[in-house]
Amino acid sequence: MRDWAEYSIAQADGGGACLAFSGRLVVSTVGPIDHELRDLETPLASVDLANVTEMDTVGAWVAWRIARDHGAQITGASETAARLIDAVKSSASDAEIVPPRRPLAERVPLAVGEMVYAWGGGIVNLLGFLGAILVAMGQTIRHPSRFRLRSLVHQLELVGVNSLGIIGLMSFLIGIVIAQQGAVQLRQFGAEIYTINLTGRLTLRELGVLMTAIMVAGRSGSAFAAQIGTMKLTEEVDAMRTIGVSPVEALVLPRVMAAVLMMPLLGFFSAVVGIIGGAFLADLALDIPFFTFLRRIQEVVPLHDVWVGLVKAPVFGLIVGLAGCYQGMQVKSNAEEVGRRTTMAVVHAIFMVIVLDAFFAIFFTEIGWD
Amino acid sequence: MSVFDHLSDLPDLPARFTGDYPIMVEGLTNRFGDQVVHENLSLKVRRGEVLGVVGGSGSGKSVLMRSIIGLQRPAEGRVEVLGRDITAADLDQNIGVRRRWGVLFQGGALFSTLTVGENVEVPLRQYYPEIVDDLRHEIARYKVRLSGLPDAATSKYPSELSGGMKKRAGVARALALDPELLFLDEPTAGLDPIGAAAFDRLTRDLAETLGLTVFLITHDLDTLHEICDRVAVLADKRVIAVGTIPELLASDHPWIQEYFNGPRGRAAMESKERAVHKAKAAMDKDAPRGDTG
Repeated sequence: MRDWAEYSIAQADGGGACLAFSGRLVVSTVGPIDHELRDLETPLASVDLANVTEMDTVGAWVAWRIARDHGAQITGASETAARLIDAVKSSASDAEIVPPRRPLAERVPLAVGEMVYAWGGGIVNLLGFLGAILVAMGQTIRHPSRFRLRSLVHQLELVGVNSLGIIGLMSFLIGIVIAQQGAVQLRQFGAEIYTINLTGRLTLRELGVLMTAIMVAGRSGSAFAAQIGTMKLTEEVDAMRTIGVSPVEALVLPRVMAAVLMMPLLGFFSAVVGIIGGAFLADLALDIPFFTFLRRIQEVVPLHDVWVGLVKAPVFGLIVGLAGCYQGMQVKSNAEEVGRRTTMAVVHAIFMVIVLDAFFAIFFTEIGWD
Repeated sequence: MSVFDHLSDLPDLPARFTGDYPIMVEGLTNRFGDQVVHENLSLKVRRGEVLGVVGGSGSGKSVLMRSIIGLQRPAEGRVEVLGRDITAADLDQNIGVRRRWGVLFQGGALFSTLTVGENVEVPLRQYYPEIVDDLRHEIARYKVRLSGLPDAATSKYPSELSGGMKKRAGVARALALDPELLFLDEPTAGLDPIGAAAFDRLTRDLAETLGLTVFLITHDLDTLHEICDRVAVLADKRVIAVGTIPELLASDHPWIQEYFNGPRGRAAMESKERAVHKAKAAMDKDAPRGDTG
């Protein structure tokens, strides 16, 4: 049971009433009476604290505020109470708790404008970043001793070797789905055997690389952004600069190169596992023996399908690596931004990969690699 | 008070602690794996005092504070805060005690997505839903001012504040519930000497005005001399001495001697002596004028 603070109002002779508090006037007891006294209409001449047994700054504030609003005298304050009232009186303020918001009619255009501006700036900055990477690359070609081979190998392991398991599993399942769904549709034309063409061409040409790029963006692109972003926050990047180590050379180049180098390998791996998945399903459900399926793949998939996949892969790797490192380097103020930038790195990378993939599809068809 | 009846079953805040020792630590042992941080440590903090806690880096000052406020469960021993055994009871059952202390962490530990004012309001919202918005805003405003921040800081986000201002904002939040106990973890670390001196004055003023008991971890010798009533020295996994600085100087423990009689310790002591002399001289000069006026 809470023991709320209490008050009583007595009409005094000389006009105006006297508000007398009693009991404990502290933060845990003052809530309800404050609520009631805010609507008090009787003008007060004095506020009496003689029967207050205990007081803290919140109680002092409530008593003082009421006295101030009514122009009343405070009477019967103990020494402690008087000290607390003095303290809160000199700290009274009407500052805003939250920065004032602009009206909606201003806020919306402002936000849109800022977004457009940020897009424009982002594209310029990204080009500048790409330039910085190319310069760093030129530097390392001129001074090969400065190249960070260990760092590159480490990143190759993180981006490539460590993701073999998850990419393999994903591709295997996708191969199964393509073969199964393809077979269901093609069976209607009695063309079940074309399931092999469908699986082989689709995985090698499109899905292997695309799904791998998405997986690498989620796994490694986000890691790049978070790692570099955290290093920016802890001023490690600034420390590097003052020592004379270029952060682009030391942090960005190995990561982007790792993504560019590993993407073709991972994409091809993904396509192969996808085909194995398709063959596995064909063996089980379509009565096409496993090795027959693989042999047919050799016959029906043109070699240029492999090239299409292998040409796209490093470009996608570059986009993923670039987006991750760029967003990481943009982190400035706080931990929240690391999260935001990491999300942006992944979203931008996947978006750009899919847009470019559409261009590639048209391009390769136009040059006759259909 | 019909509207607030449903809140009445919340446990009431007990009256102010009137015992002698709001913090009592007995036989405390803390271990991390094989590493023993505290062994059979005992410490009593007197009501109304500012107790400075010193010790070398890694001597477990912060761990001691975390044990006292219940963030670190000790391996052995008993910690009593405001008459309640923190180690025995479940953390949730200690809400009554938690409302009666405020903690300033080293970096301020402000919630970065809230403004300073909103940061101060968090504990009020949590424990006292019956306080109406207007009163809560008023409380937040005067607490921010009480902590020595300008009005403009109330609506700022922590990322917009300097290190010293963040610490003051942290104090404002620690004071939000008008606690009886204030824990400060290295409040002047990273502040410039002027800022550190101002913070020392703030701590002293608040302790006196609000009648606080302050548990203060520090490396700052000036802080020890200026505002601490007593100093506890942490070494060899326990509190090797508690007392005023002159009392500690009488001890012959090598660490204490080195701490207070090293070059920095001497400088701090001399500056304190100079300040006392100056104050005395000023008082002598003022005295006759006071008589005639």
